Amino acid sequence: MVARAAREIEPGMVVNLGIGLPTQVVDHLPEDFPVCLHTENGLAGIGPTRSPEAADRNLIDAGGAYVSTVPGSAFFDSAVSFALVRSGRLDLTMLGAFEVAQTGDLANWKIPGKFSPGAGGGIELAQKARRVVVLTSHTDRAGNPKLKEACSLPLTARGCVARVFTDMAVIDLGRAGFILRELAEGVSLSEVAEATAAPLACPGADVPRF
Amino acid sequence: MKLPDKTCKIEEAIARIPDGATIMVGGFGVPGTPFTLIQELVRQGQRGLTIIKNDANERGLGIDHLLASGQVARLVTTHIGLNPRAIAMLNAGELIVEFNAQGILAERVRAGGAGLKAILTDIGLGTELAQGKPQVEIDGQVALVETALRADAALIHADRSDVFGNLGYVATARNFNPLMAMAADLVIAEAETVLPLGGLPPDAVQTPGPFVDCVVGLPVLSEEYAVVRR
Repeated sequence: MVARAAREIEPGMVVNLGIGLPTQVVDHLPEDFPVCLHTENGLAGIGPTRSPEAADRNLIDAGGAYVSTVPGSAFFDSAVSFALVRSGRLDLTMLGAFEVAQTGDLANWKIPGKFSPGAGGGIELAQKARRVVVLTSHTDRAGNPKLKEACSLPLTARGCVARVFTDMAVIDLGRAGFILRELAEGVSLSEVAEATAAPLACPGADVPRF
Repeated sequence: MKLPDKTCKIEEAIARIPDGATIMVGGFGVPGTPFTLIQELVRQGQRGLTIIKNDANERGLGIDHLLASGQVARLVTTHIGLNPRAIAMLNAGELIVEFNAQGILAERVRAGGAGLKAILTDIGLGTELAQGKPQVEIDGQVALVETALRADAALIHADRSDVFGNLGYVATARNFNPLMAMAADLVIAEAETVLPLGGLPPDAVQTPGPFVDCVVGLPVLSEEYAVVRR
């Protein structure tokens, strides 16, 4: 899934990878791939992750992982960092999700009374990145579908998600809702439909595998 | 002419913060968090505080000490996911948490530091973050009014300072520090290196000295500043 999501990144893009699964996408990019990775805490041009032994104590990404710079990197404050996001300079963001609705609504910051981490920079990323894709397990730990007709949790942003990568499938958000684009190796169409709590359109009989 | 010397003792600087104060604290995770100033605030024990900080640090670090000692009544923040104590206190009703979108928190602080009353934005429209906030129409589109933030005190971590309070930051330790350093009535900056006047070239100054009230040198860095091994 992560390797498949990495192919979403096109040469020349400015990209923000959210905390969790999306951060791992960078490991699947070729070393000389021309891309500018942005992190909310004030860096454009993220370099390879560092082990604690090799880390600079002042150089982390927004998830707290120790990272490095590349030739041409820039540091800036938090206002500049989000000016970049809100003004439309961010081509792509990959975010995690608690729930995605068939309308493209995203919920990923609050489970009332249980786990309320806060959205951090997620609201602005979801609302203002030119393209928003989600990387998530298809169901939660209890096996409940994360792709639903409507979100039950507090929203991060409305109608923002263009595509979802899960362990089972690649699914686009169209005007009529979820559209199946690709299936993971070994997963059947009926299994994905069963694990999705909303109608799932399947435009072709021969669904590509990833 | 000679610029004034603002170096001071940490005990005296923090003692100027009263009970019930609103305090901005720089930092995003470990980088840029003024751990030494926070430790002195814990030692002096001011209570009923409102803390404005991007995050609540992690267990055993920074803001976590203030939460553990019961000094914080309210936390204005963007993300507390790395601090289980903050989440537990929120769930138990022991801490009021006001969540902001991260860049909007930055702009609210920047507006406060720039002498402005509020900013207008479409960020958060259609979510619960918009609840209770006034709306206006700009060019036919709805915008939220997000009020500017100022604080009684700001606790800042700088890599370097001169004795006048001109500050410089390093790497991702910059984050909210230069914004908060403009937005409080009492700005206390701790610096890893304190230089004489002229030690910072004018073009290298990231926060100009007139914004800063007290400069506290850090002769040693505590363990809290070190790389976190999770």
